[in-house]
Amino acid sequence: MATSVNSYRTGPDERGHFGLYGGRYVAETLMPLILEVERAYNAAKVDPDFHRELNYYLKYYVGRPSPLYFAERLTRQLGGAKVYFKRDELNHTGAHKINNCMGQILLARRMGKTRIIAETGAGQHGVATATVCALFNLPCTIYMGSTDIERQAPNVFRMKLLGAEVKPVTSGSATLKDAMNDALRDWVANVENTYYIIGTAAGPHPFPMLVRDFQSVIGEEVRKQLHEMEGRLPDTLVACIGGGSNALGLFHPFLDDRSVSMVAVEAAGLGLETGKHAASLTGGKPGVLHGNRTYLLQDDDGQITEAHSISAGLDYPGIGPEHSWLHDLKRVEYVSATDQEALDAFKLLAKIEGILPALEPAHALAEVIKRAPNLPKDHLLVMNLCGRGDKDVFTVAAALGIKL
Amino acid sequence: MSRIAARFARLRQEGRAGLVTFTMAGDPDYATSLGIMRGLPKAGVDIIELGVMFSDPMADGPAVQAAGLRAHKAGASVRRTLDMVAEFRRSGDNETPVVLMGYFNPIYIFGAEAFCAEAKKAGVDGLIVVDLPPEEDHELRPHAIANGLDIIRLATPTTDAARLPKVVEGASGFIYYVAVLGITGTKSGAIEQIQESVERIRKSTDLPIVVGFGIKTPEQAAEVARVADAAVVGSALVEIIGGKGDTVRSALRFVEGVANAVHSSRRKAKADA
Ligand SMILES: Cc1ncc(COP(=O)(O)O)c(C=O)c1O
Repeated sequence: MATSVNSYRTGPDERGHFGLYGGRYVAETLMPLILEVERAYNAAKVDPDFHRELNYYLKYYVGRPSPLYFAERLTRQLGGAKVYFKRDELNHTGAHKINNCMGQILLARRMGKTRIIAETGAGQHGVATATVCALFNLPCTIYMGSTDIERQAPNVFRMKLLGAEVKPVTSGSATLKDAMNDALRDWVANVENTYYIIGTAAGPHPFPMLVRDFQSVIGEEVRKQLHEMEGRLPDTLVACIGGGSNALGLFHPFLDDRSVSMVAVEAAGLGLETGKHAASLTGGKPGVLHGNRTYLLQDDDGQITEAHSISAGLDYPGIGPEHSWLHDLKRVEYVSATDQEALDAFKLLAKIEGILPALEPAHALAEVIKRAPNLPKDHLLVMNLCGRGDKDVFTVAAALGIKL
Repeated sequence: MSRIAARFARLRQEGRAGLVTFTMAGDPDYATSLGIMRGLPKAGVDIIELGVMFSDPMADGPAVQAAGLRAHKAGASVRRTLDMVAEFRRSGDNETPVVLMGYFNPIYIFGAEAFCAEAKKAGVDGLIVVDLPPEEDHELRPHAIANGLDIIRLATPTTDAARLPKVVEGASGFIYYVAVLGITGTKSGAIEQIQESVERIRKSTDLPIVVGFGIKTPEQAAEVARVADAAVVGSALVEIIGGKGDTVRSALRFVEGVANAVHSSRRKAKADA
């Protein structure tokens, strides 16, 4: 592989590190297995048959490519940059999560694994995993924090309809981080037959790399589509960050295009100053959790603290290691949006474009609303509309004080 | 000679296997935890393994998770754990090895170098860092070595022949064989498989081999003691500490029972050692 010192796209190194971040901080029991996943992935990556199969399912089952849509009314209302949405919310199952699940389930099948596990926060990754498991007839167990089970009830029911077993997790804050702990515990006990489909660009190497690769289809399509529509590269890319997979999927293909600026939006919850947020880059510091070193919300004793966000998919005290690296290098700008800003953006998009965004990309939209008015009219801004909001209507209703 | 090496030398001399107990530092509170720790050597414990609380213990089952939460509520921290070891040493025990077991993040945040220096000063002898496989322990190892602390590595049922040399290379003190595929406090391993694995590991190292995970009763401990250099009892003890009543007394009484079983279980195949 060609390595150039001034490329941002060659990471991680062979030990899974992005600079200081990443790595394989796992119990010895898992080590041989994640080395096996790495070998299997490296072989699949250069196997045309693997890509042929993946592309087939992405096209005919997921519905790719997803449209790149010029949001004309929103653009007019904001009065600045031309705003485009990458409509990954139109994928089968309603979010970008399925891009990754499709890649990983094909990998699991190549490895001869017969049982799938996953963690989920918003339930989107759980639904996407349950979906591909139904498609390929593999039993699956989804770990989900009991707090999230409550606030994402429609997705829990969807997973069950798809034949998945949903295991409530009550330890810790009973959200995404705890679901990930329990999924890892399950994996340690079932290494022989089980594959863990991690839902974001985090976890031990090679997961941050392979999840990023499977999501990069987003950015690759944007490059082609925008070229057809505008004949050039975008100027600014905007995406929300939970663990960071949809953002990396959009950003990664453009990282070496210096003219393209990138903005990632963390969840500021009730406000950074309140301490009740999920902004690990803005409000955390480097540490080791879930198999990798990255920025984490934690106290002075190295205990991980609880994240807060109205959006279950962003409610995670860490972030994928490649983002920590891009943050330190300042290649990507990391900002945040509060629960309230996300809600306002959610309502605006419904009215002005007829699209209910998921609360996760509503955070990205909040940043677009702040930023676009100050940009020139020929500035091309692409936001990853990575999920649809149907799953969030109960949460939004509750936040607006409306009883359904 | 380090306390760990001296202890295994003595066990060899006496022709018996050792008992290692795991308790969570500060569980259910500092005073009780220290009280239990002080009573362990007399109850027959050969090596004390002390857990360092972490919020996200991914290799631990419900019993140890709950112990961590109890300790956390009672104010446990890395600093307090080191204080507890120092206080244990001050009360007169300068022989029983103390091994800290935990996860990397609290050590990383404390500072690996400062942590090793302070641990040594407190009277710690070795470190088991569950989520620091050989591939990642280069940030801790030099500081541990500089301070004379053993880095105790874990071998598991998945550590195959190709990987084993990597695990034993650079390990010191002893090898901790994890007897089950899984987390602490859940299932128990079959003794035939444990014996086979211990014998396999012995071929690639002269270090003592200690077996843990899933050992809950005096009988199981005695069985393991026949094939390994020591047996670890953790979750079963931690559950007693989490129970009601005089936990110091009931914990130590349980430990005595296990120690008797282990110590009277003569080791087989001693001749070729
Ligand atoms: C629609 C949607 N967007 C974003 C996220 C956050 O994940 P990531 O940062 O990996 O894209 C989630 C997670 O559940 C999600 O469901």
